[in-house]
Amino acid sequence: MSFLAFFEQLSESPWSVALHESQIAYSIIESFHVWSLCLFFGMTVMFDLRLLGWTMRKVPVSEVIRRLQPWTIAGFVLMVISGTLLFYAIPLRSYQNLFFRTKMLLMLVAGLNVFIFHSRVFPGVAKWDADARPPKAARIAGALSLALWIGIIFSGRMIAYNWFDCDRQPQPWIINFLTSCVPTE
Amino acid sequence: MDLLPFFQWCYSTPIGEGIRNSTWLFPVIEAFHLLGLGLTAGAVLMVDLRLLGVGLRKQPVAQLWANTQPWLLGSVTLMFASGIPLFLSESIKCLYSFAFWVKMTSLLLVLIFTFTFLRRVTQMELTSDRPRLGRVTAIVSLVLWFGVAWGGRWIGFS
Repeated sequence: MSFLAFFEQLSESPWSVALHESQIAYSIIESFHVWSLCLFFGMTVMFDLRLLGWTMRKVPVSEVIRRLQPWTIAGFVLMVISGTLLFYAIPLRSYQNLFFRTKMLLMLVAGLNVFIFHSRVFPGVAKWDADARPPKAARIAGALSLALWIGIIFSGRMIAYNWFDCDRQPQPWIINFLTSCVPTE
Repeated sequence: MDLLPFFQWCYSTPIGEGIRNSTWLFPVIEAFHLLGLGLTAGAVLMVDLRLLGVGLRKQPVAQLWANTQPWLLGSVTLMFASGIPLFLSESIKCLYSFAFWVKMTSLLLVLIFTFTFLRRVTQMELTSDRPRLGRVTAIVSLVLWFGVAWGGRWIGFS
């Protein structure tokens, strides 16, 4: 079964329809998504700024990571739970939404950045833990994370708008290609 | 006091009208507003979590306050710079929105609280890791900021 067919079927399931039609439930979940963003993005930004040497320059990097990580993870889990529910309420439209696709792609890259940082850069932290300005590799990881998350928030916010949606034709062929949209006419 | 004429004037400003006439201006400004929110939360949480004894608890509070203050001021400036145009574009709706007034009241209170009381607390030489005064201060700050975030999100739903 193709993704398209799967999400089409999902969007017809009773729970998805109920969530989609319940204005109050949807609003509350969306609010949770924004509030957990404050926790997650707030923590991530502060850590990225520390990696760049732009704040908390006297606090060892390993201490910042150790003390902030539980909050960052908690925020991320809340974001994934509320985000999945938001997707579940509107599966087909989200799947074909240009901004949703951009967001997922950027999140993949952000995850890769975290993976590379933790496997390649952070193991050597003992050498530069107390440096006000960490080495270049750490600064690049921080700058990348910051840029990617700003992009993710931007595209996430834009999912709500239907400018490039499949049911709004005509669209340039490139848009329909990127959204896997096959106009019916 | 009748606020309607003032809110009507706000609504009729060229900025408000320009935003209403554009498809993408409102969403883009709103995205900047959201970024500012996240950054504000980061700066606020650094100090509040420390006061609660669950953040960077080995660090002096005064130092964390000093480190995060430029970011707090910067992000609050970004919030105002993006929030005022958003308000101008839909000020009449705001006048009748309960969430808007919750937000503005909390915002006023939290800004006064942060730069008077909370700032004073961060400058005290607190002896233990999680002094009671610090904890109460942090909770008040978080509750007020939550009022701002709650109101802000729910203006959009009304």
